[in-house]
Amino acid sequence: MIRGLVVPVLLALLATSPAARADDYDFPAKISPARTLTIGSTTDIGIIRPVIAAYQKANPAVAIRYRELTTRVLFAEAQAACAGDKPADDVVLSSAMDLQVKLVNDGCAATVDRPGLNALPDYARWRSQLFGLTYEPSVIVYNRRAIASWEAPVDHFALLDLLRQPERFRGRIGTYDIESSGLGYLFATLDDQRSSTWGRLIEGMGRNDVQLYCCTSEILDRVADGRLTLGYNVLGSYALAQAREKPDLAVAVPSDYTLVLTRAAYVPRQAQNRTDAADFLEFTQATEGRRILNDEALLFSPIDGAEHLFRELGASGGQNRTIRPIALGPALMVGLDQMKRRLFLKQWRDSLGIGED
Amino acid sequence: MLDAPAAAPALHARRRPSIALRLTLAVTLILLLAASAALWSAWNYGIQAANEAYDRLLTGASLQIAERVSVADGEVLVDLPSSAFELLSLARNDRVFYRVIGTDGETLTGYPDLPLPSDVGAAGQSAYEATYSGETVRAVMTTRPIAERGMSGNVSVVVAHTVQARIALARDIATKAAILVGAAALAIVLLAWFAVRYALAPLTRVERALLSRDPNDLSPFDIETPREIETVVDAINRFTRRLDRRVSAVQSFVADAAHQLRTPITAIRAQAQLAAGEESPDRLRRINRRILDRSVAVSRLADQLLSHAMVTHRTDAEPRELVDLRRIAIEAEQETRRFADADAELPLLDLPEEPVIVAGDRFSLREAVKNLANNALEHGKPPVAIRVTAGGGSARIAVVDHGAGIPPVERASAGTRFRRNRAASSRGASLGLAIAHEVAVSHGGELQFGDVGDGGFEVSLSLPLVEALP
Repeated sequence: MIRGLVVPVLLALLATSPAARADDYDFPAKISPARTLTIGSTTDIGIIRPVIAAYQKANPAVAIRYRELTTRVLFAEAQAACAGDKPADDVVLSSAMDLQVKLVNDGCAATVDRPGLNALPDYARWRSQLFGLTYEPSVIVYNRRAIASWEAPVDHFALLDLLRQPERFRGRIGTYDIESSGLGYLFATLDDQRSSTWGRLIEGMGRNDVQLYCCTSEILDRVADGRLTLGYNVLGSYALAQAREKPDLAVAVPSDYTLVLTRAAYVPRQAQNRTDAADFLEFTQATEGRRILNDEALLFSPIDGAEHLFRELGASGGQNRTIRPIALGPALMVGLDQMKRRLFLKQWRDSLGIGED
Repeated sequence: MLDAPAAAPALHARRRPSIALRLTLAVTLILLLAASAALWSAWNYGIQAANEAYDRLLTGASLQIAERVSVADGEVLVDLPSSAFELLSLARNDRVFYRVIGTDGETLTGYPDLPLPSDVGAAGQSAYEATYSGETVRAVMTTRPIAERGMSGNVSVVVAHTVQARIALARDIATKAAILVGAAALAIVLLAWFAVRYALAPLTRVERALLSRDPNDLSPFDIETPREIETVVDAINRFTRRLDRRVSAVQSFVADAAHQLRTPITAIRAQAQLAAGEESPDRLRRINRRILDRSVAVSRLADQLLSHAMVTHRTDAEPRELVDLRRIAIEAEQETRRFADADAELPLLDLPEEPVIVAGDRFSLREAVKNLANNALEHGKPPVAIRVTAGGGSARIAVVDHGAGIPPVERASAGTRFRRNRAASSRGASLGLAIAHEVAVSHGGELQFGDVGDGGFEVSLSLPLVEALP
């Protein structure tokens, strides 16, 4: 077997496991007998691959099945597994922190007591069941050709000022469609709760005919090739990875406040392989795991990722910045409330000036 | 004799746990009880305090949510404030549940199966405990009346969380209380130890006084004693006094006996020496007669001395029983007859119909009466009678004869001790009186002398009467 070889399991479609799909990736163990660790995740395989490779190098007897799903599907499957209706993954890793909090709040998680995870800051830990493994800022991306570095939006107020320029950004701003993107919705509700500029910002974007997308990559692609001038509230980890390859793509971290997302992982109560699952979580925050998160995957670690993040940005240090990590905890469940969601989406649509579908 | 040491420990007083140990055990037991009670109430207090503190969080959160209930287009809307959830997040690791119930009892939002309180109040808050999602949860329900156009009724907001933080707080409070209680208990034990030592110090003093005493010193202890062991020291003092009395009694008995016996025995020896050089059968017979007389006197004297010693011994040692004085009189008469010469006078008995009961030692009483009777037979004039009477709370057994009796001058001192410088013939008499006196006193009575109307003399033992049992 060749190291790092990834085999999309087409045959798995015919296999008995109902969970198997085209987006399942099998990383066979390097030695046998092997134990299998199933990870249900929303993270792109391309980004997480170095982490898995390093983990398998350290644990050659563990075969990994990596199932990449959208946040909503992963949530639905995890909920079904929690109710005992479906087999559970060994690790559930999702960027939808709010949904992860809800799953843990509903008693779906097993307690993981590992010293390696105690080093995580408070916001990245909840109940010793839910752990934030990454440190990913929400950033503004722009095309260097369209916006000069001197007028680049350094904070939310600068962005508001840019948006006041008539016609310049019409149809050339992209952000998440928060009705379809869980991540976008999470960022939007937190923006709403934590800043006074949010209302004016979406009004400004509405005036400029903002374009809405489901996914980070769609915004990044369009900003990089110039179809869009600016992308708002984009996930920094993906943006930085793209910026390494696409010179026109610039990343700005607003200095007045920056939301930082941490991908949350838990081990389901019904998990078959809890030991390896806990090992995997611990591994990501050990020295080698952090090195890969910080330098290769650009997901960064909550423990020491901040300095690596700013080094990657080439920006001045984080001293005078207000970094607001999103804390794992029940407060995130507010946005999930059906009535709250309805009211918030209505307000959002009204501000953007789009009618109900 | 070689086995003697092995048997020695049996003679020791039985070993019981020391007072210090008893006190220590008692103090420890009390402390354990007190500490358990303190811990129990600390735990309860901790739970109560934790509940009060965290119920406020729940109440605050539910009020915040209730405040955001509004009516628009005939629909009740709840715009959940994130501050409410941030408030709940203060219980860092607890799971949070909520439920908002509309005017028709329908769940507007939240967890539709979250349990409600059993008795639903009209308005205001009620806190309660329930089981939800496999865990114990504490919940607060806030009910808020709304009255808008086309809509009126109560909207209820239920906010609940698991009790991890409460238990942690309660445990924290209880642990701190336990540490305090433990420290206090330790201090109390230490202080109690000092207190016990201080309180028992007089015992040690008494012990030291006892140990340091010269074995021959039988004088009473004169040491400071606390009231509690005064009786013990008094008992010891009484005991030593008795011992002292006994020792001096024995000493004077030995001295008396030696003196009493030496003179007649010397006389007998002199007679015997005389007889050895005597040829005349007439004289020999006379000498023999004198030796015989003296021997009888010596034998009686020895008998009396032993009887006196016995009586003295029994005074302190023998238990008392109920004795009928009439029987004593009969027995004394019988004994007198047994030892008397064939031609001697015998005492008469003068007894009442009813029993006359006293508490006493039969042997001592009999000896006393026998001696009085012998005295009367020897020194008084016949007829001699032993008379038993009862009356006025006292029982009397008297020996009456028709002689002049003891001269009135000597009566006061008679009986206290026989005198050495008296004529030998009356020595027996005063020894007999001494025995009778001793017996009378040791029985709580006295020896009385009296002249009888028709020129007679009476010596009587007057003893406390025990009412005859039915």
